[in-house]
Amino acid sequence: MAKVFIKGNEAVVKGALLAGCKAYYGYPITPASEIAEGAALYFQPAGSTFLQAESEIGAINMVYGAASVGIRVMTASSSPGISLKMEGISYAAGSELPCVIVDISRGGPGLGNIAPEQGDYNQIVKGGGHGNYQLIVLAPNCAQEMCDLTMLAFELADKYRNPVVVLADGFIGQMMEPVEFPEPVTEFPAKPWAAGGTPETYKNLITSIDLDPDDLERHINHLYAKYAEVEANEIRYEEYHSEDADLVCVAFGVVSRILQSAIDMARAEGKKVGMLRPITLWPFPEKKLSELAAQGKQFLVVELNKGQMVHDVRLAVKHSVPVGSYGRVGGNVPTLKELYEQILVHLEGV
Amino acid sequence: MKETIFRKPASFYDTYERKGGANPDVTHYCPGCGHGILHKLIAEAMDDFDINKKTILISPVGCSVFAYYYFDCSNIQAAHGRAPAVATGAKRANPNSVLISYQGDGDLAGIGGNEILQAANRGENISVFFVNNAIYGMTGGQMAPTTLVGQRTTTCPRGRSPENEGFPLKMCELISTLGAPVYVERVALTDAKHIMKARKAVRKALQAQLDGKGFAFVEALSACPTGWKVPADQANRWIEEMMEPVFPLGVYKDETAERAERQPVHVELSAEELVKALAIPTGEEKPSFERGKSWLRNPEIKVAGFGGQGVLLLGVSLAQAAMKAGYHTTWLPSYGPEMRGGTANCHVRISEERIGSPVVQESDVLIAFNGPSIEKFAHLVKPGGLILYDSSLVDGAIERSDVTVYGIPFTKTAEETLGNVRTANFIAMGAFIVTSGGLLDEAVVKSILPLVIKRKNMIEINERAIGEGMRLAREAMGTG
Ligand SMILES: Cc1ncc(C[n+]2csc(CCOP(=O)(O)OP(=O)(O)O)c2C)c(N)n1
Ligand code: SF4
Repeated sequence: MAKVFIKGNEAVVKGALLAGCKAYYGYPITPASEIAEGAALYFQPAGSTFLQAESEIGAINMVYGAASVGIRVMTASSSPGISLKMEGISYAAGSELPCVIVDISRGGPGLGNIAPEQGDYNQIVKGGGHGNYQLIVLAPNCAQEMCDLTMLAFELADKYRNPVVVLADGFIGQMMEPVEFPEPVTEFPAKPWAAGGTPETYKNLITSIDLDPDDLERHINHLYAKYAEVEANEIRYEEYHSEDADLVCVAFGVVSRILQSAIDMARAEGKKVGMLRPITLWPFPEKKLSELAAQGKQFLVVELNKGQMVHDVRLAVKHSVPVGSYGRVGGNVPTLKELYEQILVHLEGV
Repeated sequence: MKETIFRKPASFYDTYERKGGANPDVTHYCPGCGHGILHKLIAEAMDDFDINKKTILISPVGCSVFAYYYFDCSNIQAAHGRAPAVATGAKRANPNSVLISYQGDGDLAGIGGNEILQAANRGENISVFFVNNAIYGMTGGQMAPTTLVGQRTTTCPRGRSPENEGFPLKMCELISTLGAPVYVERVALTDAKHIMKARKAVRKALQAQLDGKGFAFVEALSACPTGWKVPADQANRWIEEMMEPVFPLGVYKDETAERAERQPVHVELSAEELVKALAIPTGEEKPSFERGKSWLRNPEIKVAGFGGQGVLLLGVSLAQAAMKAGYHTTWLPSYGPEMRGGTANCHVRISEERIGSPVVQESDVLIAFNGPSIEKFAHLVKPGGLILYDSSLVDGAIERSDVTVYGIPFTKTAEETLGNVRTANFIAMGAFIVTSGGLLDEAVVKSILPLVIKRKNMIEINERAIGEGMRLAREAMGTG
């Protein structure tokens, strides 16, 4: 279809409807409110439900109910709101409910501020809610991916019966870029497991409780077998001039965009630097990173936090090569020059 | 009639296989517990209405967490207190289903106080059955929001004291003050006479839902001999003597007769209709215009001024036109701390290559609509770059000899020539078309006006504004 010049947040809404999302439940919070506002505008005319919930807790539990019945459903919020959703997310993971959660993350801890930060990496990628579970996490870095990865999120959620998070930041949400929307999805997987209040599904039960330790252990092992399958099939990343690079930068979201420009600057001066951008923050491109490390490359991880993803990179390369870390917080986004200088500093060590 | 109370309803499973264990035929509830009675009343009503195959029962957290052991229908187990929210999502996902939210007093009046009030206030078309036993049964007899004044529990061992814990929460009284609920009644699960009343109330609540009339709420005063540490045969008396004076029985609200049926709206769009509803243009679109041969290559542009001067819109229009002309482009509004003080600015990049950073720090072009913007951004323009500023609002010279600077009276011209101050931004657009040496041509810019200007009757005047800006720029360049 023809290109549309559109905000990332609006691309999420349209992508969701193209993916057959039938309900949106959310609570306003900057910088994610535009998704709720977009959903309010487009969902009902498209035949889907939109409801502003009483809270993020209400919203995620409405998502839980809708997903139990078997429809595609989503919510969106920003960091403090995501914290509130964590109980519900843990329940959804335990009950194996497919749903999509968009986090336009902002400055924290506490009320923090509304500027972009990536301090939610740990709470989204490492859990955040209680118990043994794992979310699939997609990290767009442009408006096109806000659409594409939202659509993919619905597909993966259904495929693996698991909540999927689209983790972005205020810049990616606010930025306008050309987007080419794909055709609407018209075929959906059957959900014979749903508790839908229909003659076909009335024998079904959606629950996360298992009093018997052996039963619960079996269930958790089943979840982890599923996660192993996700790890085998769904790792996605993008490489930028990493082949001949001595220094490989690792970043996601808006940082990867600024780094791309910084790498161009450094390349123009003959510096051998490149980037690996994880598109799936979980499953994490561990193997790719360890291959790059085996070629003797060093790493620089740049994040809008005090160093969260860097631990995963260090684990992936098993501490075999130096992995530098550079982070800005509080809503400050590093400038092009700043990252260019960081590249030079870290290249010196190579 | 007594018979129907003691026969096992068909809407219960024959044996409780999910419960399992040594006695899969009896419930997990204690002797004398009210939950079992209410379960039975609900199952009987499901039988009589023949709705078990379309019923979705939400079990709460509490002793009735395992309600799904018994009810032969779709079952969803919810987090503590969240059953009304889960019910909302489920009912709206399948409006033809019958939604039962079953909750205890800790679940409904304590941790889930907001969820129940909001679902009631929205008038969700669901039936809520609320077991008020004045205690937390499942966790071993702690204080509930409905615990009576003076009642001893493990967490108010000296009795509930209003000074420390407040008074019992009266949910029927609260909910019946709301506009949306259609039916609110409090019953007691004590002797046969009261149970018959409860039976009627359960049916009425379900009937209201089946008729599409909205939110129905039945509170049942219910025995917890275990939690109260009262022998089962004295529990009914305890309800009558201790609870009923605090929680009077009766109908608190009944508008079932006068309330109109609400029909769920069902819209089903084809793929084509959906694309249309999303305002996504169809068909392949080739860049319809030649890229200009400008002296600017892949420029980074900053547009800045006061909020309300159309700064953001000018930026979007530049990028929209660039997209139409086949460039890569990004637009980023000023964000966070930069937005303070009523100033607005945006970052636009236009490039023949894929764009990395959307952030414009040092720009090739600055379009400034006020003095503060010049102060803030003029020194950040790269040598060899271009500054266009509104000479009607900026006084004093710009001290940069290494960039091209044009002062053009955007605002004054908008007011005096076009009679509309809001056209100043498109006068600047016209000036940019000329001074940038054709990065974007006039036709491509005019072609995107209908996309960026919502009010149709404003398009023509902005086209004239562009022309006026072009004229003024030629004059300023000495080529006019
Ligand atoms: C978030 C959360 N907090 C606390 C609990 C522990 N808990 C389980 S049941 C319960 C009280 C239930 O009491 P009530 O709703 O009155 O139901 P009853 O057992 O009396 O039927 C509590 C506090 C929990 N499961 N989840
Ligand atoms: S503890 Fe109380 S509420 Fe729970 S089953 Fe026993 S009697 Fe019923």
